[in-house]
Amino acid sequence: MMPTGFKVLKPGMLTLVQDLGRFNYRHIGLSTGGAADEQAYLWANRLLHNAANCPALEICYGGLQLQALTDSQIAITGADMPVTRNNDPLANWQSHSVKSGDIVRFGYATSGIRSYLAVKGGFDITPTYGSAATVIREKIGGLDGTGSPLKAGDLLPYRPSKQDIRTRVPSMFVPDYQQPLIVSVIVNQHRNDFSPSEQQKLFHNTYQISVQSNSMGLRLQGEAIMPKVKGIISEGAAFGSIQVPPDGQPIILLKDRQTIGGYPVLGSVFPMDAFLLSQQQAITELRFTPMTLADAQQQMRRFYRFFGI
Amino acid sequence: MKATWQIDPAGLDAVLIRFGEQIQLDLMPIITAASQCLQRALGQDLRGMVPSYTTLMLFYDLRKHDFTSIQTLIDRELDKLVIDNSVTGRLIEIPVCYDPLVGSDLQRVADYHQISIDEVIHRHTATRYHVFAIGFAPGFAYMGQISEQLATPRLDRPRPCVSAGSVAIADQQTAVYPADTPGGWNILGRTPMLMFDRAHADLCPLKTGDRVQFKAISHQQFLQAGGVLS
Repeated sequence: MMPTGFKVLKPGMLTLVQDLGRFNYRHIGLSTGGAADEQAYLWANRLLHNAANCPALEICYGGLQLQALTDSQIAITGADMPVTRNNDPLANWQSHSVKSGDIVRFGYATSGIRSYLAVKGGFDITPTYGSAATVIREKIGGLDGTGSPLKAGDLLPYRPSKQDIRTRVPSMFVPDYQQPLIVSVIVNQHRNDFSPSEQQKLFHNTYQISVQSNSMGLRLQGEAIMPKVKGIISEGAAFGSIQVPPDGQPIILLKDRQTIGGYPVLGSVFPMDAFLLSQQQAITELRFTPMTLADAQQQMRRFYRFFGI
Repeated sequence: MKATWQIDPAGLDAVLIRFGEQIQLDLMPIITAASQCLQRALGQDLRGMVPSYTTLMLFYDLRKHDFTSIQTLIDRELDKLVIDNSVTGRLIEIPVCYDPLVGSDLQRVADYHQISIDEVIHRHTATRYHVFAIGFAPGFAYMGQISEQLATPRLDRPRPCVSAGSVAIADQQTAVYPADTPGGWNILGRTPMLMFDRAHADLCPLKTGDRVQFKAISHQQFLQAGGVLS
């Protein structure tokens, strides 16, 4: 039988299979992983009327080239990369049709760093411990369960679809990744690990994203925030948590973070802003503003309801 | 020991339940019982838990709960909790080949305490340890407490690659590296036991709250059990 799906001609700099992540194995040390920018990922599936958690591709920086072996529809969201289908440009934040034999090429990101490509019905990938999300460090998830990024020659299976879906994200919902980002933070008021004046430094200074950042954590550089303690007794680590090691340079924990951490926690970043942070290049400057937990929870609930989760 | 706790928000969909301020063996049965009780009470609304030395982090379904409602539920459930201190975790035996070939820091630890390698092995196997937390990497269990007579600081420079199965100590903790990773602990030996096993129903032979006994095995037993020397 002829294979169906996409054949990977070039994997690009780093392309990963992602979904919303792996949740029920944190007690034995498995990180949740999952799409770094949930907003762009969820839009890609929504444009195709897919279930919210369908496996899609996270294309980091660009360079991916695929050949369709099967007719279907795709949706592209996230970072702006010049994308072509047989050399005709394809617009971002829209769905498009692909026919057997078509070649889809991604150039390199001009705004943002992660693009998402979803296919009608989702890629047909066997989940590893409940999720297709790729965590390279743990060698878990992805196409064959071993946490590998895509490589040339891989086959990404999907079912044929003859439906003609033409949808686009309304422009008011399309984020501008180049706009200066003011990151909302829910301050941790319950531990006494920072003096109020040290805590306030986060809101009164500009911080730069360090080149040492990765999918586990975004490292910041700027005015040092000195905790009263060097470390804490290791405890669970949540998405968006702002850890402060003894050098005073904060680290924002992202999707691939370790499950436990031993640095004092200043607060946590509003997830919508954490998604936008995962689209920011190193050296980008950030400012921070406080937010209440109740407000943050209400907005996230609205966001997930919108995407049918 | 009577459980007392404090519940604080820890991110958008997480709470940190704190049972104490110091590492204490008495907290282990409380945190284990609390995990089991909250797992039953929350069912599908639970999005994972991370038990650790003094805390339990609990992730909940944001669509069903907010901080206030989850706090009320946790308080109500934990109020009913009865801790039976006579119930101890399972006892798991981990076979270890203590040999300089696979235990590259045996000599360093022996020198640090001015004892023989045999005495290092004796001191490591003389105590039953408790699994305080699992994290850092899938299946990496933090166990303690190592006696003061064996406790040794981490290496100044972490090794770029520590082999899977390496049994190591750092300060008053001991652990087994489940996979090849960089690491800075003192390596005493290697076990043929898989600490993260895709074929194992629970993926991991250890759980937080279990007790562990290391047992010295010979080179030959190590190889027979599937151990790898390289």
